Amino acid sequence: MPASLLAIPLLPLASFVLTLLLGKRMGTRAHWLPIVTVLLSFGCALAAFFRVQSGVIVNQDVYTWIQSGSLSVSVGFLVDQLTAVMLIVVTSVSSLVHIYSVGYMKGEAGYYRFFAYLSLFTFSMLMLVLGNNFLQLFFGWEAVGLSSYLLIGFYYEKKSAADAGKKAFIVNRFGDFGFILGLFLIFTQFGSLHYQEVFSRVGELEGQTMALFGNPVGLATLIALLLFCGAIGKSAQMPLHVWLPDAMEGPTPVSALIHAATMVTAGVFLVARCNPIFALSPFALNLITVLGAVTALFAATIALVQTDIKRVVAYSTVSQLAYMFIGCGVGAYSAGIFHLFTHAFFKALLFLGCGSVILGMHHEQDVRAMGGLKHKMPITYWTFLLASLSIAGVPGLAGFFSKDEILLMAFNTELAAGKFAWAIGTLVAFMTAFYSFRLLFLIFHGEFRGSEEQRHHLHESPAVVTWPLVLLAIGAVAAGWFGVPAILGGDNHWAHFLEPVLGHPHVHVSGTTEALLMGGSILAGVCGIGLAFYLYRLKPHLPGLLAERLAFGYRLVLNKYYVDELYDAAIVRPTLAFSRRVVLRIVDLACIEGVVNGLPRTIGSFAERLRRLQDGQVSHYLAWMGGGALALVVVLLVK
Amino acid sequence: MIPLSWYMALAAILFCIGVCGFLTRRNVIIMFLSIELMLNGVNLNLVALSHFLDSVRGQAFTFFIITVAAAEAAIGLGIAIALYRSRLSVHVDTINHLKG
Repeated sequence: MPASLLAIPLLPLASFVLTLLLGKRMGTRAHWLPIVTVLLSFGCALAAFFRVQSGVIVNQDVYTWIQSGSLSVSVGFLVDQLTAVMLIVVTSVSSLVHIYSVGYMKGEAGYYRFFAYLSLFTFSMLMLVLGNNFLQLFFGWEAVGLSSYLLIGFYYEKKSAADAGKKAFIVNRFGDFGFILGLFLIFTQFGSLHYQEVFSRVGELEGQTMALFGNPVGLATLIALLLFCGAIGKSAQMPLHVWLPDAMEGPTPVSALIHAATMVTAGVFLVARCNPIFALSPFALNLITVLGAVTALFAATIALVQTDIKRVVAYSTVSQLAYMFIGCGVGAYSAGIFHLFTHAFFKALLFLGCGSVILGMHHEQDVRAMGGLKHKMPITYWTFLLASLSIAGVPGLAGFFSKDEILLMAFNTELAAGKFAWAIGTLVAFMTAFYSFRLLFLIFHGEFRGSEEQRHHLHESPAVVTWPLVLLAIGAVAAGWFGVPAILGGDNHWAHFLEPVLGHPHVHVSGTTEALLMGGSILAGVCGIGLAFYLYRLKPHLPGLLAERLAFGYRLVLNKYYVDELYDAAIVRPTLAFSRRVVLRIVDLACIEGVVNGLPRTIGSFAERLRRLQDGQVSHYLAWMGGGALALVVVLLVK
Repeated sequence: MIPLSWYMALAAILFCIGVCGFLTRRNVIIMFLSIELMLNGVNLNLVALSHFLDSVRGQAFTFFIITVAAAEAAIGLGIAIALYRSRLSVHVDTINHLKG
């Protein structure tokens, strides 16, 4: 295996350790090592990508990690087409976010800690995508969860940030519980956790069932659903989406890197990686498709009315992730991964643009206090506009190609849920365009609504912040050009590249239908933009009026369908009550404390009595001694 | 010929007198003497058995015990004198400072 491949994850790891140990002394220069290592890592990833493109697939174990009975797990690397794409996404966005953070985090307490965590995250994510077995995937999976927790709670003095970190971690436990059960099932079934071994024998699952609560369930379906459980948690799909919007408490570069571009897409990666298993279970695929469609709609409606700019983008992320799941669900894994790829750029750009606005507004995040920033922050405005056009699906930009591919595949599939997902997906495309441009108009156009002081201090961000925006804007425009469909004169290079790993469903819709579908999604996007323009530029008083007219619906979506309140009442509070009443009172105070304190108390009181034997009177000792000797004699005689 | 049991009875009587004296008296010197009495009871036992079993082992043992007793008497008297000098008494009831 080439050393440059090993260097991809090991460089960020070294940077994490060194920065954590020495960063305090480096002070404001703590960012150099992480930036240089992640850039080198990006270079190595590019090299790996080109090697894959020339046809070299690496699948090699480098170290035996666990050897226990029949369980044998190694640390190994698999670099195929899918991994190569993920490597590019992770290292490129991570590099840009590292550089951006120099400007964004300037002067913050714990500057070195932030960069150390970023390196840790990059390492974990790279281990996740590079692994050639399920356990290494799981290691990376948990490690990115840990870095996410650390970075969400970066401002740990703030209670809301600490709570959000905890929430992200705990909600993910639910998904990971299913995930690890899935791994157990895979191991008991195949006796191995290596992808190659499992996927080459995946046919054995066919027709096998397992009794679950007395009902026979297909083994392939069960494994697929358990794995998907993990994906739901990590990729914030319903019903485990609640942690992602709260994760916006973290610094904005973290939201861009972890909670938009990379970590949250791990679930999509998991489903795509395990596509041979999912392919065996139409039920699981239907469920993924339906859940994706429902989540996409659900999150998009919430995004329509939120006023915190980061939350709008966060719900947009949930919605776009759901798109990727629709792609995977209908068997078009390469379309899902394509959207993952383009989304990484335009969504990271949206977040970083928000970060730039937040910097310019001196940590104001409420859209109601903004407006008219276009002239003060031109670079931020133009890049933000490109990202919004891209996510809205304007032809020629990245988001258009990937979204269109997913909608086409959803329409094309024979799965029962396909047409449903297509209809919802087109509706969501309209909503996406609307909320993206609502945000754009509210931030950058119209009159400034903030305070005088904010207006006075308003400024464009420094070059170290705007350059990553410009570079990402290139990605947001051009990332889609890898997958131009045949109908537009391209050769869909993307799907062909990924075909060896992910396969490609047969397209049987006619060219006319395809053109109509494409027209439909373009129309949806343009209508969305037009409506946003009408409501927020031409008739700015209308949105308030609408909110009054539809007060019930407005409150419902503004409060995110009360899902958090529901969970609070149904899960959080009963759990806390149970903890206080049973775990604390009975288990902790009565049982554990009883044993822990009771044991020394018993010994103490026994010792207190024993102590009195030694009273200093020699004759008493002698009497005891004589008595003992006599007792010995008696014992010997009786025996 | 005096039978073995007489010797052993005499040895037991000597030993018991020693034990009683040792447990009841409080004067360190007297307690030492009681120990000597116990040791000599044991010596008598050993010599008698040695004779009746026709083995010299018992007698050899006796010499060791006499030697130890002599050394013990020397050290014991030294301790008694040191005690008397520091506390002006050799009464064990008053020497009870080492206790739990």
